[in-house]
Amino acid sequence: MSAVELRGFGWRHAGRKGWAVRGVDLRIEAGERVLLLGPSGAGKSTLLAALAGLLPEDSGTQEGTIEIDGLDPRKARERVGVVFQDPETQLVMARCGDDVAFGLENRGVPGAEIWPRVDEALRRVGFPYHRGRPTAALSGGEQQRLALAGALALRPGLLLLDEPTANLDPAGATLIRQAVRDALDADTTLILVEHRVAEALPLVDRVVVLEAGGGVRADGPPDAVFAAHGDALADAGVWVPGRAVPPRRAAAPAGEPLITAGRLGLPPRLAPTDLRVRAGEALAVLGPNGAGKSTLALLLGGLLRPGTGTVTAGADLAGPDAGTPPHRWRAPALARRIGSVFQDPEHQFVTNTVFDELALGPRRTGQPEAAVRSTVDGLLERLRLARLAGANPYTLSGGEARRLSVATALATAPRLLICDEPTFGQDRRTWLELVDLLAELRDAGHGVVAVTHDPDFVAALADRTVTLTRPGTGDRP
Amino acid sequence: MIGVEPVAAPGAPLARRNPVAKLAAALVFSFILIATLDPVAPAIAIAIELAVLPLFGIRYRVLARRAWPLLASAGGILVTLVLFAADRSGRVLVEAGPVLVTEGVLVTALGLVLRMLAVALPGIVVFATTDATDLADALIQNAKAPARFAIGALAAFRLVPLLEQEWRMISMARRARGVDAGRNPVAKLRLFVSTAFALLVGAIRRGTRLAVAMDARGFDAGVPRTVARRQHFTRADALLVAVAAVLAGAALAVSVAVGTFRPLIG
Amino acid sequence: MENSNRWRTIDIVVASVIAVAFGVIFWAWNLVWSATDAAFAFFPPAQTLIYGVWLVPAVLGGLVIRKPGASLFCELVASIVSALLGSQWGGIAIVQGLTQGIGAELAFAAFRYRSYRLPSALLAGALTGLTAAVFDFVYWNKATDLVSYRIPYALLTIVSATVIAGAGAFYLTRALADTGVLDRFPAGRERAAV
Ligand SMILES: Nc1ncnc2c1ncn2[C@@H]1O[C@H](COP(=O)(O)OP(=O)(O)OP(=O)(O)O)[C@@H](O)[C@H]1O
Ligand SMILES: Nc1ncnc2c1ncn2[C@@H]1O[C@H](COP(=O)(O)OP(=O)(O)OP(=O)(O)O)[C@@H](O)[C@H]1O
Ligand SMILES: [Mg+2]
Ligand SMILES: [Mg+2]
Repeated sequence: MSAVELRGFGWRHAGRKGWAVRGVDLRIEAGERVLLLGPSGAGKSTLLAALAGLLPEDSGTQEGTIEIDGLDPRKARERVGVVFQDPETQLVMARCGDDVAFGLENRGVPGAEIWPRVDEALRRVGFPYHRGRPTAALSGGEQQRLALAGALALRPGLLLLDEPTANLDPAGATLIRQAVRDALDADTTLILVEHRVAEALPLVDRVVVLEAGGGVRADGPPDAVFAAHGDALADAGVWVPGRAVPPRRAAAPAGEPLITAGRLGLPPRLAPTDLRVRAGEALAVLGPNGAGKSTLALLLGGLLRPGTGTVTAGADLAGPDAGTPPHRWRAPALARRIGSVFQDPEHQFVTNTVFDELALGPRRTGQPEAAVRSTVDGLLERLRLARLAGANPYTLSGGEARRLSVATALATAPRLLICDEPTFGQDRRTWLELVDLLAELRDAGHGVVAVTHDPDFVAALADRTVTLTRPGTGDRP
Repeated sequence: MIGVEPVAAPGAPLARRNPVAKLAAALVFSFILIATLDPVAPAIAIAIELAVLPLFGIRYRVLARRAWPLLASAGGILVTLVLFAADRSGRVLVEAGPVLVTEGVLVTALGLVLRMLAVALPGIVVFATTDATDLADALIQNAKAPARFAIGALAAFRLVPLLEQEWRMISMARRARGVDAGRNPVAKLRLFVSTAFALLVGAIRRGTRLAVAMDARGFDAGVPRTVARRQHFTRADALLVAVAAVLAGAALAVSVAVGTFRPLIG
Repeated sequence: MENSNRWRTIDIVVASVIAVAFGVIFWAWNLVWSATDAAFAFFPPAQTLIYGVWLVPAVLGGLVIRKPGASLFCELVASIVSALLGSQWGGIAIVQGLTQGIGAELAFAAFRYRSYRLPSALLAGALTGLTAAVFDFVYWNKATDLVSYRIPYALLTIVSATVIAGAGAFYLTRALADTGVLDRFPAGRERAAV
């Protein structure tokens, strides 16, 4: 039941020359349900942070005004609930119930009312466990639901959700969307950021598209917006519903096996698995949250020691190390042969600037500086990161960070590339660019393994798929 | 894996006592013992501590696992005193160059070793039976600790197991990018230091985001906080502290009575 | 310049996180300390040379947070965390943490919480070493010989604290600022100005 009003609003993060978001004029009435769209890096997350009152004055420069019910958002925090993309950083307490109660305690809700409200919020999001369960024992999707309960327990007038289903398997994402729909009061205002428009549409009655350079590009009911601006928006990177992406099938049949896993497992994270990747082939690894996909990726990448079974590198890939399993190879040799992209991009960054991050791999594997430069510049350009070359990797937007982490692995052009969720959080344009890059790599005779929840990606690129089930149960609880 | 959960059976009669009371009892007990350097008082104290252990629901094996590094330190104390004792009175037992072991030296060493154990055990027992959340709750409600600070520290404590995982991720990320140390010990040390530094950076970054998440849920909004879970400081809790003081005092009294008491100061 | 002495949420949480990270390091360090007993047996006071590691959070907390009480809070929380994780020293570590924190706190207070350059850091390191040494002088080393043990032990503790905790924490703060994680603290903003 809170209304939002922005007039010429802009924000520039400290240490940046460019504005993260600028020239936004927008009025959202109480009870409206808004889908906020825009290319990666257009400033959607920044705008949500501003609305939640979480941009401290000392962390950047503001332009124009932003108001919630006529108040500065920093003074209206009790009207706003927010769920960010990464649930792990949003949980505060060690027990699930305490975490939901935390916000209520802060608001001074009388002690006797707290637990009934906690239980109600947990019930509304369909949380399956007792409130004494440790938060550390939850899967990503369960953490996301708990974070949502924590926000809903406060009965916010304005609910802000930033890609709340990123990294969830399709079933888990559906559950979260259902939870949002069922848990919202009729008069709660909702602002949702989500790249995948089709799934989000049932939740909203209005679409606002931010322009990358600043301002609002389109605004109105979804049907009207997509009918009037569909083509232009698709070109600008919006996932306009009903527009297919062109498939990128392999041009030539697959060649030699690059890597073979025999009964490969790591109890209790991964049940024994067999698979083989050939040169010139793209293999997609699918499966629900917690099935052990990331574990499999790390094992194939020579980063974890197998618990059971074997990883065998083909003669072509192993070179002089033939006969030794990848996890025993020296790091520089490994980096030259197998590239790994981690699920959480931030786990992968080891330097202080985007440029150094990209240059590290090629330098380590002994390329001359001129070659390093041209590789890095080419990748920066194609993945739309060029203006961020000097930025700190940890200050990038969600989608930018993902692209950078994929690019770091591409920079050494490894014979085998293993990526964990390479396309999450991408707008349509950067998504197509990523798929092209991976397809080019494959068509040049390299092997690609991609762990993914993204059906479009599988349809466009994968030559084969492998589906894992959860060790033990085989299904979600 | 670093354990962050209490190891005791939660239903044990003394483990259930208020965390502040347990902490106060442990500190009072330890502090009274510090007053003497003789072996008798700490020996009695250790006997008392071991006797009440079952009431805290701790098995002796678990305690031994937590306390074993103390034994190494006991060896250190012994060596130090053999070489550097101030008081070398009493019958000479061994004499070889700078090494002069007398009865007095051995009695002092025994006293120090026992005292170290007697002072450390109560704390080990208390922390082994106390959950961090309960401790923070009780510190705020019963010891008037500032709520913002206690909760901030508690939220940070939740990161301990995450930091351990992060250490592994950082090591893997470096390896994936071609950075390793091989067999060279100097390179190993450098890699260790740089990994530790990356861990610290990651921890601070997490802390910054955690603070944002806390603010987003109204922490520090200026509204007086309420508490969801009451921690009660009952008569039984006060009694626990009093009994700890009396028992430690009794141990001292025995050592005075048998004439072995040696005050720490004076 | 920030002149408010009120702690923001981020100050509290980051100070705690520094303490927790060091609590974990102490937990490992305690094992090393016990294991080196044998190695240092030839002259046990020399063990104090690595003593300074225990005192880093006191100085680091002060340098990063720059608010009254930061040193004390960091060192105290670090000792509580190491006790919660099962340090063999039990509750006495908390008392020790408190005394050690007071030393660094006094140094920053002496500069009225205005100077955070190298000299202040060194003084903070030296004073936290001094309070640590006084505690050990009375508590641990009472029975040892004054000239051949207690005094060298105390002096070496102070030297170690000045170098490892004082200078170490100062350069560590700089390195942290370079990574950008301290951007929301005065220590990080000095970098942006350059
Ligand atoms: N803490 C920060 N410090 C500096 N710059 C930042 C920070 N956070 C974001 N930016 C920059 O601001 C711009 C907008 O980022 P924002 O996260 O709002 O984008 P977004 O629209 O959410 O993108 P995505 O869809 O990729 O998540 C980006 O160029 C990003 O690099
Ligand atoms: N370092 C670890 N230690 C112990 N267990 C772990 C560790 N990492 C993951 N697990 C557990 O192993 C199982 C498989 O984890 P993994 O991350 O491989 O799953 P995933 O298929 O990648 O899931 P998602 O789709 O959510 O990314 C999960 O139950 C997880 O909780
Ligand atoms: Mg974003
Ligand atoms: Mg995964």
